[in-house]
Amino acid sequence: MINALLDRHPRIANWIYGFTPPERGTVTLVHRRVYIVPTQLGWLFALTLAILLVGSINYALSLGFALTFLLAGMGLAGMVHTARNLARMAVSVGRAEPVFAGEAAQFRLYLDARAAFDRPAILARHLRSRSQMVLDVPAAGLAEVVLAVPAPARGWLPLGRVMLETRFPLGIFRAWSYVEPDARCLVYPRPERSMLPAPAAESSRGALRSPTPGNDDYSGLRAYQLSDSPRHVAWKAVARSEDMLTKQFMGEAAAELWLDWARLAPQLAVEQRLSRLAGWVLEAERSGVQYGLRLPGVEIAPGRGELQRAACLQALALYNGT
Amino acid sequence: MKALPHPLSPEVRPLTLRDLGWLTASLAIVIAPHALRAPWWLTLLTLCLYGWRFYSMLSRAPLPSRWLVIAVAFIGMLGVWMEYRTLFGRQPGVILLMLFSGLKLLESRHHRDGAVAAFLGYFLIITNFLYTQSIPTALAMGVGVFAITATLVGFSAPQRAPRANLRTAGLLLTHAAPAALVLFLLFPRVQGPLWGLPQDAYAGMTGLSDTMSPGNLSQLALSDAIAFRAAFEGESPPQPLRYWRGPVLWDFDGRTWSSGQGYLVNFQPPQGGRATYQYSVVLEPHNHYWLFALETAAALPERSRITQDGQILSFAPVRSRLRYDMSSVIDPAREPRENRGTLGRALRLPADYNKRTVALANEWRAAGGSDVDMLNRGIAFLIKGRFTYTLEPPLLGRDSVDEFLFDSKAGFCEHFSSAFTVLMRAAGVPARVVTGYQGGDLNPVDRIITVRQSDAHAWTEVFLAGRGWVRVDPTAAAMPTRVDGGLAQALPQTQALPLLMRPELEWLRGARYRWEALAHKWNIWVLGYSPERQRDLMLSLGMRDADWQKLTAVLFTFLGAMTIALLAWSLRRLARPDPVQKAWQIFCRKLASRGVVRAPHEGPRDYSARAARALPGSRRAILRIGALYIALRYGTSTNRPSTARLRRLVRELRPT
Repeated sequence: MINALLDRHPRIANWIYGFTPPERGTVTLVHRRVYIVPTQLGWLFALTLAILLVGSINYALSLGFALTFLLAGMGLAGMVHTARNLARMAVSVGRAEPVFAGEAAQFRLYLDARAAFDRPAILARHLRSRSQMVLDVPAAGLAEVVLAVPAPARGWLPLGRVMLETRFPLGIFRAWSYVEPDARCLVYPRPERSMLPAPAAESSRGALRSPTPGNDDYSGLRAYQLSDSPRHVAWKAVARSEDMLTKQFMGEAAAELWLDWARLAPQLAVEQRLSRLAGWVLEAERSGVQYGLRLPGVEIAPGRGELQRAACLQALALYNGT
Repeated sequence: MKALPHPLSPEVRPLTLRDLGWLTASLAIVIAPHALRAPWWLTLLTLCLYGWRFYSMLSRAPLPSRWLVIAVAFIGMLGVWMEYRTLFGRQPGVILLMLFSGLKLLESRHHRDGAVAAFLGYFLIITNFLYTQSIPTALAMGVGVFAITATLVGFSAPQRAPRANLRTAGLLLTHAAPAALVLFLLFPRVQGPLWGLPQDAYAGMTGLSDTMSPGNLSQLALSDAIAFRAAFEGESPPQPLRYWRGPVLWDFDGRTWSSGQGYLVNFQPPQGGRATYQYSVVLEPHNHYWLFALETAAALPERSRITQDGQILSFAPVRSRLRYDMSSVIDPAREPRENRGTLGRALRLPADYNKRTVALANEWRAAGGSDVDMLNRGIAFLIKGRFTYTLEPPLLGRDSVDEFLFDSKAGFCEHFSSAFTVLMRAAGVPARVVTGYQGGDLNPVDRIITVRQSDAHAWTEVFLAGRGWVRVDPTAAAMPTRVDGGLAQALPQTQALPLLMRPELEWLRGARYRWEALAHKWNIWVLGYSPERQRDLMLSLGMRDADWQKLTAVLFTFLGAMTIALLAWSLRRLARPDPVQKAWQIFCRKLASRGVVRAPHEGPRDYSARAARALPGSRRAILRIGALYIALRYGTSTNRPSTARLRRLVRELRPT
């Protein structure tokens, strides 16, 4: 109930949690942000202490008192140690590789101990997806958390709130803290598998010199360019000589394929169009043709290779026209 | 979205072999003393349960069903009932708890069960203190606490090296120590018990009883157990003056002396006397009312009373170690009068018993003479009689005094005092038996006199007209060495003595003295810390009439301060920056002062590259610092460059 209230009123939540998301750069978990409560086991421990105390009073056991008070002091020290296990730890984010909608984004967080002692058994849990991981942060070292967050829709996927929790060392207290680092992952539209469109439409420009671009027709080798697909690298030839060589196919240099929004069937919805185009981008990249992308207001010149593919998919992912 | 099980919650984390090993080992430490006390079959059953749990862990066999566990519990309880005829006494309760530790282990699947078993382990520790709170027990149980704590730490960090977990447990206990000390001193103490204790709560306490029959003092004399300790201000009295007076026995049934009915009187401090001794006594619990004091008490301790025959009684049976201050005076002027009823009681003898003794006394009386003459004749009879002093007196029949005086002529102090008292009564001199302790061992280390059960003694008091009750020690008359040199001197060499009284083991006694001195301090300061001591401490700290509210306030102030100190400690450790990081920050500041400010998103590589371009004069140094920092911070642990080099480079950097 409280959570629902806080969701509706983010400003109250920010005030309570002591930070305003998203947080840029490295986030240090200051004491103010570390919360601590006893666990169920902690209450059981308290009950044990109460029984020990009553027993000591009843039988006038001096050593019983000593034991009870030692354990009580240990509970107190345990509380400080549990809070210390999180406090002043630094959280920074790593790069999250783009994914397609429907897949899971792999967010990387780095927990920096920033302390001369190790911080064992820290749970990192992504609140929205419940994706979680338990890890030990070594003394004066870093530990990497990978959170797999489902990416249902295209666009930027913000990481959202992450809870860091620990019950070390005694399990009788639970300390936790929230971070919401400025991390996001690009989500491409879900690609739809379909036949590539015929490249015929561009003939009016006279660009198409080969009427039948046969991708399988090997025609020779040429020097490697950065944009070449690794699939087309002549690895055998590379092994023989020192230069990177690319296999050249009949008509490849000439074939230019425009993946054009306007040429899709008009009854298709926006997302369907984007999915279709994403599928085409993948297919075109696979087949090795030069391809360009046209969206309303966006045009990406024909090209090939990883960068071209990424540029096209990013344009599709971030498309916000009607 | 369905919530995954919480990976830190103890309900879902299975107990591993390592966890089980730690848990079992620490439980074994804390039940070890019980295992030696328990009936053998129950110890065996508990160990079998531990073994069973290990077997199912190693062979991955399923744990026994709940019903089987309940059945085993039931069998164990039945066995305990057959052994003790009850389940609720101290001994059966503790032993059942030991069994339950095995049963709990047997049904432990997850960390939660393991933690409950660990808490049970803490509880088992305290049950050990019901039996003994000596220093060795405290040390052994300290190891137990440490082991259980390390087990708990292991539960919450399963991947960590056991050595690291041990270190954490040690750190936790070290941090707990100041809080524990403050709580121990300041926690408002309540005088227990809060409710009725089981019947056998005070079983096994040794000491004098309110009856004396042939054989029971000599049994007691075989025990090395401590009766009490006395610390004297100034000189301690010499051995022959150390008569510690205890129960007075009036009524004789032919075999057994008993104290019978007594009544309380107002205490009258004795007049005159040779010397006064001030001392404090720490009395071991003996479950009776008597407080022991040197003859003759010059003042009563707090919370005590005195009877007409001079026994000092506490208000409640002494069931925990009791400390009291005493002062005694040697040979004071005695009350010369006694009422007739009491004198009549001091002459009463059972008819038809010990006829030969009565006949002898009648002979003396018939020959005429005063009570003092009777007394002298009796003593002369003992001296001339060639009696033997022995810890193993022969068994005596119906007329025990006759048989001792005329046939066996061998006995222990109870035989001498009993026979002498009967002789005096038969001769018409009012007499009574007094039991207590004679002597005690002066510890040269801390000048404290330790009186053991082996110093138990019995003597006679006779009433002489005009002089009052006078102590006569018939044992000393027959065996003068008993009182001058203690039991060891009086007994023939061939007789078995308690180990520590043997004169040839001098070195062992030296070690024992040192140990005793330590144990006495332990008793006074740790075990004897009572509500009264707490009040005294508060008074010495300048807090008058410290009630529980004040104590609680002081306590919480201390605890709060302690927690803050602990927190500050942990913060300070955290705030101490990593030298690499510190050097890097200085580097960034130096560059920023030249106008190259690091953007929040900028990594060390990009930043140093940009700075090198912007400040070409220091290009080489900047790039080297950047590379060093990256290698130190993100490199693998092998082949690390030195931190000192980075710091030197940063220090020498003059960006231009």
